Amino acid sequence: MSPDLLKLIFGRLGFESLPLHEPIVVGTFAVVALGGAALLGGLTYFRLWGYLWREWFTTVDHKRIGIMYMILGIVMLLRGFADALMMRGQQMLAFGGSEGYLNAHHYDQVFTAHGVIMIFFVAMPLVTGLMNYVVPLQIGARDVSFPFLNNFSFWMTVGGAVLVMASLFIGEFARTGWLAYPPLSNIGYSPDVGVDYYIWALQVAGVGTTLSGINLICTIVKLRCPGMTMMKMPVFTWTSLCTNVLIVASFPVLTVVLALLSLDRYVGTNFFTNDFGGSPMMYVNLIWIWGHPEVYILVLPAFGIFSEVTSTFSGKRLFGYTSMVYATVVITILSYLVWLHHFFTMGSGASVNSFFGITTMIISIPTGAKMFNWLFTMYRGRIRYELPMMWTIAFMLTFVIGGMTGVLLAVPPADFVLHNSLFLIAHFHNVIIGGVVFGAFAGISYWFPKAFGFKLDPFWGKMSFWFWVTGFYLAFMPLYVLGLMGVTRRLRVFDDPSLQIWFVIAAIGAFLVLLGILSMLMQFAVSFLRREQLKDVTGDPWDARTLEWATSSPPPDYNFAFTPVVHDNDAWWDMKKHGYQRPLTGFRPIHMPSSTGTGIILAGLATAMGFGLIWYIWWLAAVCFAALLVVGIGHTFNYHRDFDIPAEDVIRTEDARTKLLAGAK
Amino acid sequence: MTVAVNPAQTGEPVFYLADEHPHPEGWSTSLGFWIYLMSDCLIFAILFATFGVLGGNYAAGPAPKDLFDLNLVAVNTSMLLLSSITYGFAMLTMQQNKVAQTQIWLAITGLFGLAFIGIELTEFAHMIHEGATPQRSAFLSAFFTLVGTHGLHVSCGLIWLVTLMVQVQKFGLIEANRRRLMCLSMFWHFLDVVWIGVFTFVYLLGVLR
Repeated sequence: MSPDLLKLIFGRLGFESLPLHEPIVVGTFAVVALGGAALLGGLTYFRLWGYLWREWFTTVDHKRIGIMYMILGIVMLLRGFADALMMRGQQMLAFGGSEGYLNAHHYDQVFTAHGVIMIFFVAMPLVTGLMNYVVPLQIGARDVSFPFLNNFSFWMTVGGAVLVMASLFIGEFARTGWLAYPPLSNIGYSPDVGVDYYIWALQVAGVGTTLSGINLICTIVKLRCPGMTMMKMPVFTWTSLCTNVLIVASFPVLTVVLALLSLDRYVGTNFFTNDFGGSPMMYVNLIWIWGHPEVYILVLPAFGIFSEVTSTFSGKRLFGYTSMVYATVVITILSYLVWLHHFFTMGSGASVNSFFGITTMIISIPTGAKMFNWLFTMYRGRIRYELPMMWTIAFMLTFVIGGMTGVLLAVPPADFVLHNSLFLIAHFHNVIIGGVVFGAFAGISYWFPKAFGFKLDPFWGKMSFWFWVTGFYLAFMPLYVLGLMGVTRRLRVFDDPSLQIWFVIAAIGAFLVLLGILSMLMQFAVSFLRREQLKDVTGDPWDARTLEWATSSPPPDYNFAFTPVVHDNDAWWDMKKHGYQRPLTGFRPIHMPSSTGTGIILAGLATAMGFGLIWYIWWLAAVCFAALLVVGIGHTFNYHRDFDIPAEDVIRTEDARTKLLAGAK
Repeated sequence: MTVAVNPAQTGEPVFYLADEHPHPEGWSTSLGFWIYLMSDCLIFAILFATFGVLGGNYAAGPAPKDLFDLNLVAVNTSMLLLSSITYGFAMLTMQQNKVAQTQIWLAITGLFGLAFIGIELTEFAHMIHEGATPQRSAFLSAFFTLVGTHGLHVSCGLIWLVTLMVQVQKFGLIEANRRRLMCLSMFWHFLDVVWIGVFTFVYLLGVLR
């Protein structure tokens, strides 16, 4: 075939695009291919495809979508953490003339992929998954406002993750760092597909994130059960509301800035170029106008989880509910006024830097208020040190350290010294792991019994906890030290042998975290095997306080047979206190949304379109775009998207629960 | 939905609704669509800001004064404004449940929208022909992207409009279609408002500077 024809069909994709010269990647591919084949073979052998398609892939049930988000987050955590281990290994070894085992081309992709995956495809799915699962239950709703959109959003997030994973084996990923600053990310310095993978993975996933933000705001505003005024909402719902407001108000900025970067790369415009009037610094400003709210998008729901956990396991009403809500709202607003602290060294001048330094320091006030609220909730409480509470305590200790180094970095003169050093790396891992990751783990162990009907095994949970916490401190405290000594981030090899010991300690820490992750997987497996012993028949295994514990574990498709009515902040606690009797008769049919395969089809087409654009396979992109329009418009011709769960089914489900509860007594 | 609960009257608080009615269809739609519009508004806000920063960077290339034909832009603006008015008429006839008239007004709206896109494309073609391409300078990059994004939105609106006309023809002015027409109405007027910003900020101020 002529080269022109090949180019027309395959764009710039060819055999040389496969990284066959990288033994590490080939090895990884072999493992992934074998594992993937085993998984697909197993699913086929046990004839699970139909079940998966009907009950999971096409579901519009917020609970199942939430669980799928969590699975995505945990799977991607393994990938992102593998990258972390590779970096720790490389930096530990590359001393005394050694080049380590990763070449520069590969190493630069590893640190970029690590950041992108951990933020977009681990932290975001974990947070979104928890919100999706818990919020409708907490507000006494049957589903989210737009159930189909919810399914579509999830699959778009998966589509982004698929593109990032594809870059590992087909072509390469960006070598620019996780925010892809130009001019490095522009076509002149990054002519290969790496940055294009970055752009389209984030654009595809970003659509999903924005839509899911709109969806959850509407859900919280419009679908609360009677009696639940705004100031009677559980704190997790409040933090979710603020997080989703932040998502809707910041992800469009990311969409635009990436679109402008793609125009620079694909069309040759001059937004972020060095010549013809372009301004690379504008990219840095714009991307941080998204990027700073993003860190609060991640951490606010974690704050909500800690609030729920603290009051449940202290057996007390949350201290300072109102101040907690206001602190959350203040953080939401302030998160838009601090973005420039990510680049004090840009040279905006003393006045601008002072403004952003001061706003940054002000954020620590509402955050500190929250910390005291949690402490006062625990004060004189009857604290039960179950796993969620342990993660919460670890968070409180760890996050305070991370917060204080953050305030330190907020001082512009100090930042000039510490900018882009490992001190910064230590700081943000300190707050993201200590805040978001510990929060997600607290949330997982807290709500797992609700989602699956059995508790997680405490022994392996505690193993995981201690490995994680000690591993975290060993891995990141040395980085503070190195940063203060002036070591900058993203270095591949080192000259000064006196630094090596700190990297060795950090690598040991990373290894302990690995044990923590493995223990967690072990915990899931062991809990599944012991599910009969760990069973939760009451629906309220922790003697908790909010509405999600009023229904069974796992909840029926319709969540609540009768919509609850709320009189107090801690609605379920209030019901228990008043000797609430579960209704046993009078059930009616329940109106619910029906499943649809449109979401996964649309997301698949969007992902394929992204792939076409990455590799300049224009026909593929065009066909997929046309198909997107046709399928999208076709879907609007379907006017029958709901059905009624017959009253008999409700009666059967509720009777089964009655029997279960009677057996528990 | 009625909350038949009053602890003072019954003695014990009621904790669930025995007599429940599901939310009406489309209960959250207008709020959801409003929030979507605001997120879209942010996209334009960033593009305006970009134009504000880069709009003076001509890189020794053509400036607004050399390029913009205000008469043409005025005609174009009136096309869009008129289309908003006719969309308003479509909504009024929709309220009176007159399918045929609604369809006619929608069709007129679509023609005005099409004229707007046509004139815009002519303007773009003319500029590119004169060498004022998006690649020529940061000013032109920002100009084509801001105005082009607006044009792209109008084009999407046109596709949506045609789809809705087909649906109204097929299923009549049923509740779902009324809701959809209302959403498109908000979208259409929103694009009008954005265009007022483009007209003022890009064209009028551009010629002045």
